[in-house]
This record gives sequence, structure tokens and C-alpha cells, in this order.
Amino acid sequence: MMEPGLYHILFISAALFFIGVFGFFTRRNLITMLMSVELVLNSVNLNFIAFNKYLWPNKMDGLFFSIFVIAIAAAEAAVAIAIIINLYRSHQSIDVERTEQLKF
Amino acid sequence: MSGSTIIFYMLAALTLVSGVLAVTTRQIFRAAIFLLFSLIGIAGLYFWMQYDFVAAVQIVVYVGGITVLIIFSIFLTQQAGDLLPKPTIGRQIFSALAAFCGFALTMLQLYHHKFIGTSEAPVLPTVSNIGDRMLSLGADGFALPFEVVSVLLLAAMIGCIVIALRSKPATS
Repeated sequence: MMEPGLYHILFISAALFFIGVFGFFTRRNLITMLMSVELVLNSVNLNFIAFNKYLWPNKMDGLFFSIFVIAIAAAEAAVAIAIIINLYRSHQSIDVERTEQLKF
Repeated sequence: MSGSTIIFYMLAALTLVSGVLAVTTRQIFRAAIFLLFSLIGIAGLYFWMQYDFVAAVQIVVYVGGITVLIIFSIFLTQQAGDLLPKPTIGRQIFSALAAFCGFALTMLQLYHHKFIGTSEAPVLPTVSNIGDRMLSLGADGFALPFEVVSVLLLAAMIGCIVIALRSKPATS
């Protein structure tokens, strides 16, 4: 057990990223796939903040990157859920295996 | 071992364990709740690094907004009590292998790399500093990305309304 520093946070964010990738590969339900994508985006934010704090504390670029990533992730989640609900309305299912046609 | 270290390891364990449970549990509502705890753990890590503003934004946007949106869409689209179908064993093995290989490669690269930071005086991430920087037009200001993001949010909002509009049945 060492004093936590940059490498510890990078370990957490790498682990969280690949947990999200694993979920994205195994899940077949659109909402759970969206949750995995949220995990991946959060790991990226954690990386930005850690680099900003431990390597370049004289600038605030990492902080602003993570704030903009959060804003874009919010827009992405809203659009994705609108699409999911619309898909459920037309197919009665949000399983990606059952949504094979684009036009209906 | 100081109290700060203990808190760090507790937050890390909370984040990772609930992240793993969120992608492996077969009850979709529990997956959403575990995702909530994972996001709270990340907000705690931001607090631990003393980036208070980002932690507050994380709690407001992710914990308060996106998770509630996800839970509502679960209520709208899932039958109560249904378990998610089990992924095939081949897909599980392949995904675990891919994730583990990627993780091992990343960590290997990470521990062979020596990061060199700056030694200049730090700028504290206080709210007034962030506000100054975000709206300044100077060399290290972020006024243009701020405007672009606000236009993007507006476009996404209009897009959501258009997508979710119930189209009228064609009766003509």
C-alpha cells in the first residue's frame, strides 16, 4: 500500500475503460450498452483530471476537456435514449439482434 | 498509512467493484443502480484530488441527470422482473480476453513510461479561475469551445424532440 499518485489513478481509469469495453462487447440490450459507454467516458474524464493535477497543474486544459466531455456525454445520452424509446415503439424490443432493418 | 490513502483505496474499490457489477449483473435495474454507485465513486475521486467543481458537475450531470434518464427509459422499455438473456459463452470468453489483453498492454506501456511534469507554480482550480478562463478570449481562454458546445447542446435538444415526436398516422 503506497501513497496514491498518478499511476494509481491511471490504473483505475484503465481498469474502468476495459470494464466498459467488456460490457459493450457482451451486452445485447441497447440501454446496458449505453451504460458501458458512460463508464468508458468517465474513465477518460478521470484520466484528463489526473494528468492535469499531477503533471501540468499550471494549466487548466485537462479540466476544461473533462467539462466539455461531460457536456457532450449528456447530449449523447439524451439523443441515444430518444432513439431507444422510438425504436421500442416500432419494434417492441431494444435488443440489437432484433433490429436489423434501418427502414421500416 | 494516512487517512487520505485509506479513503483513496475505498473510493477506488467502490468504483471498480460497482463498475464490474454494472456490466455483469443480469437484472437491468440493478445494473443502473451499480452504475450510479460507480459514478459516485468517480465523483469522490475528483473530490479526493481537490477538483471540487468537476466533482460537483459530475454529481449534478451524471448522478442526477443521466442515471435518472436511464432509469426512466428502463421503466418505459422493460417488462418488470425479466432477466437479461445470458450472453453466449464464446462471446463472454472473447470479450474477457480482449478486455484483459488491452488492459495488460496499457498497464505494461504505462509502467515503462516515465512521465515528466512541469515545475511551474500551480493554478488552483477554483470556481473563479475556471470562470475567468472559460470566458476569456485570450491565448489560453476557452470562449470558442464554450460557444460551440452550447450550440451543440441546443442542436441535440431539438434533435431529441424531433426524434421522440409521435408521428401522426397517415390518414390521407
